[in-house]
Amino acid sequence: MFGHVRALDNANFDLYAGEVTALIGDNGAGKSTLIKALSGNLDIDSGEILFDGKEVSLTDPAQARAMGIETVYQDLALAPHLDPVENMYLGREIMHDGLAGFLGFMKTRKMREESRAAFVELGAPVRSLTSPVGSMSGGQRQAIAIARAVSWANRVVFLDEPTAALGVRQTKNVLETIRKVRDKGVAVVFISHVMPQVMEVSDRIQVLRLGTRVATLQASQTSMEELVSLMTGAIDKGVA
Amino acid sequence: MSTVENPVEESSQGAGPVQQDPEDFESEDGLVKRLFKAQAFQILLVLLVIIAIFSALAPSTFATFGNMRLIIQNASILAVLGVGMTYVIITAGIDLSIGSVLVFSGMVSAIVMRSIGGDGWGVATIGIVVAILCGLGWGLINGVLIAKAKVPPLIVTLGTLGMSLGFAQIISGGIDIREVPVVLSDSIGYGNVFGRVPILSVIALVVVVIGAIVLRFTRFGRYTYAVGSSEESARRVGVKVDRHLITVYALMGGLSGLAGILSLSQFGTTAVAGQSATNLNVIAAVVIGGTSLFGGFGTIFGTVVGLFIPAVLQDGFVITGVQPFWQQVAVGAVLIGAVYVDQTRRASALRGGKPQSLWRRLVSGKLHLTNEKSGE
Repeated sequence: MFGHVRALDNANFDLYAGEVTALIGDNGAGKSTLIKALSGNLDIDSGEILFDGKEVSLTDPAQARAMGIETVYQDLALAPHLDPVENMYLGREIMHDGLAGFLGFMKTRKMREESRAAFVELGAPVRSLTSPVGSMSGGQRQAIAIARAVSWANRVVFLDEPTAALGVRQTKNVLETIRKVRDKGVAVVFISHVMPQVMEVSDRIQVLRLGTRVATLQASQTSMEELVSLMTGAIDKGVA
Repeated sequence: MSTVENPVEESSQGAGPVQQDPEDFESEDGLVKRLFKAQAFQILLVLLVIIAIFSALAPSTFATFGNMRLIIQNASILAVLGVGMTYVIITAGIDLSIGSVLVFSGMVSAIVMRSIGGDGWGVATIGIVVAILCGLGWGLINGVLIAKAKVPPLIVTLGTLGMSLGFAQIISGGIDIREVPVVLSDSIGYGNVFGRVPILSVIALVVVVIGAIVLRFTRFGRYTYAVGSSEESARRVGVKVDRHLITVYALMGGLSGLAGILSLSQFGTTAVAGQSATNLNVIAAVVIGGTSLFGGFGTIFGTVVGLFIPAVLQDGFVITGVQPFWQQVAVGAVLIGAVYVDQTRRASALRGGKPQSLWRRLVSGKLHLTNEKSGE
């Protein structure tokens, strides 16, 4: 809870490997809060998180990452003065073996080559591996953050409005990436305000309103009108 | 006024291929080009020009080995402090307490050595260890208060500046101690290697080289930049930000302690009143060397160059008969210029464009106009 505000209330949420689950809702519905709780960035006051059917307590982002859970935040969480490779490996640098590694020396070349490969694989529009990411465009920064998340995630990846800063072509790349990651057997959670994208890429759609899940739908069996009505509360399917 | 478009965004949304070839990456800039872009290198050119001018004005007195040796020797203790300060400022912090911590460490060390007595290496070694530990202690206090208690670094270190100097005077009764083991003043203080190179400067060089390597090539250095660049991002990807900040301030403290014993050896006195401007001199050197006060950017090399500009000016003015007070005026101007350059670079980086080099800006004289012109 934030002060006296109950950000989430009875917000059930489930996701499955190899599936894209869209999480939609109006501003302030609790989408980002839910993601924070599920990625170890926020302690929940009550409720439980099950991972592979077992209860886990996620209190630390490092713990979530160790479980193969990655998140692309709306603010991207990139260090603007560092270059794409340094950002890609920030917090998980590849160290040299033996004494050099003990002294803190990193395998810079290996990290650069693997980052390059990851960017190429995703079609990320990263033109320079040595410029600080702060000097790059919003689309490039977004691509780096997404590439970082999907190349580390082997179980779950949360994407909080990943297409917000992107042009048409880059959006297409991101949606394509989402499908690729799903096909690897990773559970993808896609948060977006853009209904056509939600319909296009997701398998299941879960709707949050005022901190409560109001509907779970198969993307193939719903319409944009229905989704918008559910988000705004014009129709109510009851707590799903 | 036309709207300013972002050329980078344009091109990346343009006709580029969806699937990118490895060859699409920009070729990395060559060493020479990168060198010229670095602010530290541009400052080095300024330093070389200053040296050239004084050398031309006073070839027989300024441009001599003895004089250069003197300049380097006088800058050595500041260089040791500058290494730590570069780390601190890259984390977007500041440490005002270094001069006082230096005095405190030297004072405790001198008292301990005096009470043990003797002039040999045994007592000197104890003195060195005590000084470094004293500095480390103050650094840890700074770091914990900054990282855990979330008190701003400016305030924490302003507080410990007063406290450490106060304690130094309390334990000594406000009187300088002038008894220093002979081995310390004979070796660190006035000793030479190869007959002509001051041991003091060799120690400083070792600290500088290790500091630069750690900052540039190790994970510790990488995290230092990351914490200063975006503390929140670093935290989110799992960097232990608090622990890192504490370590950086402890390192600064430890180097202040080392500087304390170096100063004691060089001057043979605890010099309680002698370090009141040390913090500002070191901070000025770091900033002149291109390290950003806003964090995330900086080099040890720049700091060393930034140290020599005031040192060379001071020396050169004395030798050429200019009132040495001009040194303060000149250094002040260089300092403001350096921060101005940093500001404009940050502003242009935020606009998404490539940072304009100081060199091109100085040569073209078009400061803010370039972007608007291109939009018309």
